[in-house]
Amino acid sequence: MQKSVHVEYDYSVAKAFAVVAILFGIIGMSLGVVLAFQLAFPELSNLAGEYGTFGRLRPIHTNGVTFGFTLSGVFAGWYYISQRVLKVSLKESPFLMAIAKLHFVLYFITIILAVVTLFMGITTSKEYAELEWPLDVLVVVWWVLWGISIFGLIGIRRERTLYISLWYFIATFLAIAMLYLFNNMEVPTALVSGYGSWIHSVSMYSGTNDAIVQWWYGHNAVAFVFTVPIIALNYYFLPKESGQNVYSYKLSILAFWGLLFVYLWAGGHHLIYSTVPDWMQTMGSVMSVVLILPSWGSAINMLLTMKGEWQQLQTNTLIKFMVLASTFYMLSTIEGPIQAIKSVNAIAHFTDWIPGHVHDGVLGWVVFMIMAALFHMVPRMYKREIYSKSLMDTQFWLQTTGIVLYFTSMWIAGITQGMMWRAYDEYGSLVYSFIDTVIVLKPYYTIRAVGGLLYLVGFFMFAYNIYKTIKCGRVLDKEPVNATPVAA
Amino acid sequence: MFHWFEQRPFFFAVLVFVFISFAGIIEVIPDFAKQSRPTVGTKPYSVLELAGRQVYIKESCNACHSQLVRPFKSETDRYGMYSLSGEYAYDRPFLWGSKRTGPDLWRVGNYRTTDWHENHMMDPASVVPGTVMPAYPHQFENIADLDTAYAEAYTVKTVFATPYDQDLNGDGKVDVELGEYNSAIANAKADAAAIAADMKNQAVKDAVTKGQIPEIVALIAYLNSLK
Repeated sequence: MQKSVHVEYDYSVAKAFAVVAILFGIIGMSLGVVLAFQLAFPELSNLAGEYGTFGRLRPIHTNGVTFGFTLSGVFAGWYYISQRVLKVSLKESPFLMAIAKLHFVLYFITIILAVVTLFMGITTSKEYAELEWPLDVLVVVWWVLWGISIFGLIGIRRERTLYISLWYFIATFLAIAMLYLFNNMEVPTALVSGYGSWIHSVSMYSGTNDAIVQWWYGHNAVAFVFTVPIIALNYYFLPKESGQNVYSYKLSILAFWGLLFVYLWAGGHHLIYSTVPDWMQTMGSVMSVVLILPSWGSAINMLLTMKGEWQQLQTNTLIKFMVLASTFYMLSTIEGPIQAIKSVNAIAHFTDWIPGHVHDGVLGWVVFMIMAALFHMVPRMYKREIYSKSLMDTQFWLQTTGIVLYFTSMWIAGITQGMMWRAYDEYGSLVYSFIDTVIVLKPYYTIRAVGGLLYLVGFFMFAYNIYKTIKCGRVLDKEPVNATPVAA
Repeated sequence: MFHWFEQRPFFFAVLVFVFISFAGIIEVIPDFAKQSRPTVGTKPYSVLELAGRQVYIKESCNACHSQLVRPFKSETDRYGMYSLSGEYAYDRPFLWGSKRTGPDLWRVGNYRTTDWHENHMMDPASVVPGTVMPAYPHQFENIADLDTAYAEAYTVKTVFATPYDQDLNGDGKVDVELGEYNSAIANAKADAAAIAADMKNQAVKDAVTKGQIPEIVALIAYLNSLK
């Protein structure tokens, strides 16, 4: 365990994941904007026949952003961070290098096949687990490859103690493995009967049990794709970029183990007032509120890392991205528990407040953090200076405006809808028919679509900036180092 | 104590796994121990209904429509009796949905007709002015996949003991017949003919006469079965 060796890091796999992150980001977010406009202007839904309807595009949008963009960003982050904090290079092990490359190739093939099959309407209908069984098998294969990469690199490390980010990567790997396997248990029908489509399958669980397993998975796909690995990125890139140490080691321990213990219970809040047993609904509700503690624990730890250095917000746009991301993490993790309170859930469930909540988390926290990570990594991987800092700044404000338009309009829309559904007149009859509650939302749908469009334009600026950086950014002799560099 | 784990990746991973398994063991597994029993009157889906359910899933109708009536007066007034766990005993997968851009459909068979659905799929705004739902004219041309529907029914019957070909209420008659492939497909086509008789689209009627079942027929069979 020597510390002073000079290690030449190999970024080939990290670069590949960075590029496809941007590619799938463009696909996933563009489709999101299309969907938003379809709700405001329904005639847009029939422009491409059966392949352009809301129902077909929606799973491609969610899968594209979750498993296309976010996971690519996470993997790019992993192949970058792991070498640095473990003080080993992928080059040192031809085996792990081959595993990493195979991981990338199979992953890429899977996402492309996912887009194709979802366009064709091949789906299991379980949210965020729509892929049919042959693709599930592929997912399991490259997930295991990633696991080999994680524990392989850790096995040959030169740094004795695992840095915080690695804790979160390990947790991501184990939790998704468990959740994905259990939720996607299905029986291929052609194999059993000898008839019909070979790709079709039927769920191992039925009805209420299926719902329990699905939301145990579904909410924790949010936990272990949209939260845990993004915290890993933040814990590495924020200290690196700001030159500040992580604020508190004790707080990071408390937040990490607390998050792992509490998060898995929270899936039950998707099933409040459903047919699952009452104690489970209550447990989901209570644990969701308890979840504020570990979530805010890490968020406060991130923000306090900037203690005494807040002036960097004025001088470094990247810090702005990461601080805004941490702030949106706090917003989103207070909003979620509020929605999980039974009386609030009675109004919020099934309304637009829910997509509103998801999007302030994803747009504000996940995408901002991944973009910041890429902005930090690309100059170091390609030895090029960022092409345009002013473009970065414009992008920041454009996207922030987009998010604010998005979540404010969806809050208003959701609560309006929830209140209208339950409105009674003085004779005890329902005041509104369902379609009344749809028509009243159209202005908010338009505002949301405009907000989404601003965000998408910002993302294109991001993609352009990265492209120009790689192609014609000013060459850096050695990678940029901050005034007070931190270890790792 | 955590320092120790942070230097030993294997034990660290084991501890992580213990922490994340906890909730699953306590919250998820108990409901499987006592299997979700069907309520009286709940029947498995017929082959044609399953074919329709597959169309419903293919188009991700569940992205906008829920199939879960919550126990509130505003919902029971609007949609009918609130949902019971046993009613979903044969739903693989469940289709509760998570967002209502359109109304709940769990009991839509009680208050909408074949004719209404036909108009609605061809041109939603013709029956619901102001709707944001897309039209589904291709369902009048695409042919439903009865083979895969049969495969699904056969699979749930053999693997999960779903009670096809059984007398469920003791009146001496088989409630939902599946039988062998040929008779199952013939029954599905007969069911389709009964639905098509209530429809006005001539192309659909002609196709059904020729034994080709358009997706719309299967979908309507499924929607009518939701009661």
